[in-house]
Amino acid sequence: MTTRPFGRGRLTGTVDVVVVGAGHSGLAMSRRLSRLAIDHVVLERGEVANSWRYERWDSLRLLTPNWQSRLPDYPYDGADPNGFMTMPEVVDFVAGFARFIAAPVRTGVTVTSVLASDDGYLVETNRGAWRCRAVVLASGAHGMANVPAFAEAVPRSVQTLTAKQYRRPDQLDVRGVLVVGASATGLQLADEIARSGREVTLCVGEHIRMLRTYRGLDIQRWLDALGILDERYDTVDDIVRARRVPSPQLMGTPERKTLDLNALAERGVTLVGRLAGIQDGRAQFSGALANHCAMADLKLGRLLDSIDRWIAEHPDHPVAALAGERPADPAERFAATRVAASPPLTLDFTRGRIGTILWATGFCPDLHWLQVPVFDRKGRLRHDGGVVDAPGLYVLGLNFMRRRKSSFMHGAEDDVRDLGEHLATDLRRGSVRPARLAAG
Amino acid sequence: MNATANTVTTANVDQGVKARVDNGINLEGILGARQALTDAPAAAQFKWRATCSWVNGTHSRATVQSFFGLGAEQAHKTAFTYDADHPEVFAAEDNGSTPVEYVLVALASCLTAGVASVAQNRSIQLRSVKATVEAGMDLQGILGIDSEVRNGFDGIKVVFDIDADASREDIAALVAQSQKRSAVFDIVTNPTNVAVEVR
Repeated sequence: MTTRPFGRGRLTGTVDVVVVGAGHSGLAMSRRLSRLAIDHVVLERGEVANSWRYERWDSLRLLTPNWQSRLPDYPYDGADPNGFMTMPEVVDFVAGFARFIAAPVRTGVTVTSVLASDDGYLVETNRGAWRCRAVVLASGAHGMANVPAFAEAVPRSVQTLTAKQYRRPDQLDVRGVLVVGASATGLQLADEIARSGREVTLCVGEHIRMLRTYRGLDIQRWLDALGILDERYDTVDDIVRARRVPSPQLMGTPERKTLDLNALAERGVTLVGRLAGIQDGRAQFSGALANHCAMADLKLGRLLDSIDRWIAEHPDHPVAALAGERPADPAERFAATRVAASPPLTLDFTRGRIGTILWATGFCPDLHWLQVPVFDRKGRLRHDGGVVDAPGLYVLGLNFMRRRKSSFMHGAEDDVRDLGEHLATDLRRGSVRPARLAAG
Repeated sequence: MNATANTVTTANVDQGVKARVDNGINLEGILGARQALTDAPAAAQFKWRATCSWVNGTHSRATVQSFFGLGAEQAHKTAFTYDADHPEVFAAEDNGSTPVEYVLVALASCLTAGVASVAQNRSIQLRSVKATVEAGMDLQGILGIDSEVRNGFDGIKVVFDIDADASREDIAALVAQSQKRSAVFDIVTNPTNVAVEVR
């Protein structure tokens, strides 16, 4: 570890722990640290729940029902446990939690670098520097939108924007829209833009087909009851692959409707294969659409099989007795995804039919300010269930970070309990040497 | 979230069954190589090669022997040769398969190898696997009659007949996974830059 003099900026303070980001994850960790009586500060570049306030499209609602929106000691207590929060409601909920826990948040403080020092870390910001023994990275999993390298070849006549920049259809040219990516984001945007009257083509690669409700209950109720959301990162066959799986095709609406590729096709959306390249002003689509759809249909079938099996094996489980939600509905299987016999393999951008390309190709954390050698050759953070590969460094909220639910709001509670314990042990030992957490 | 990944694929597997399944695939070798190449990404860089010499007319003979991989030059146990020609209905001598048929051979054999490997990994005993491949082509393309017709296939259809100790869904999943992991399937379904030079 290198020592670095405090050359830039004045030293604002010294604390045991700096938490970077006052979203639900950072605040949940703050609650945990307070309960462990660990001195800390939460640095937030904007306002509490900043990304939820300013970096989401207007119509977005959480993909998880309200009963699942809970933070440590702070359950949802509204009137609609089966509803889905709008973004302003999420902001209210997270801001309410910040007040409830009296979190030591410094807003308007942008972290510009985190550097290792002899006894911990130096966190430099636009408003002075902090010395600390440990840092918790809670700036979120969606800091940057992924855009493929061949985006450079898009002709200038076509506007491009990412799902982070998109807000509403009237932001777009009236011509056709190519939506790239068929995760929850891509499907929701394709649906909304098609409803606005624009011609939509959707590029579909590997995806996770999902139902909003099954046998009368929200799919999240089943995933929760079956223990799927609690699956740990160190018990799956291939965690690298599991973390890469795109978000399931889900949408939160008051009608609890299922949004899938068949519904989009009925709305007039053209389904094409994964965008494989752009050459001479033309998009090239993969010819593997049929297989990608077949795989998603088979995977959904296996999930429903496992739910049916579980119901048969647990006739007296309380999930079966939920008021207003009864799994009495019979087992059901759904039509295969309909794929055209010969989906288009190219799309000519020079013909003027397409005005916009919308990249719904996933997100990655923005940790450019983390100047500690903890990234692998692909630029991914090296961590073991949130314990980053450097003493005293932790991360929160990443996809399947510690459990399958790690990226959900309700996933924060278990993760901050584990990681808070690990962090407290480190501080007590007086050294911040990384130690593997015991499983369990 | 990734609710359905990796949840059910091994539902019907127990160790007793696993030990008895033998599709002639060295699974330990494959999984060992996967781990080794995860740890040493440079060794995963391969170069595949073929040479092709004109014989006469449309008849040519291609040879495959050396390749590069695992950081060193490698070679097949013997050199394999392939005669290619056009059929008599093309006014040729039919000394070998047409080049486009070699593409079908490559696709079918790649998918079939994938089916066997994935079946072994999923502890599914295969009894027989047969792939039948057919590809459509409008000769007005290569003959330059209609510039709107492409030279290549207008589509490829592969039909698998598989007899195995597995449900219909498990067999469908096997075939789907073999496509997902197939090099030739990727080559024919996605564009590839091709550089052709003259020395």
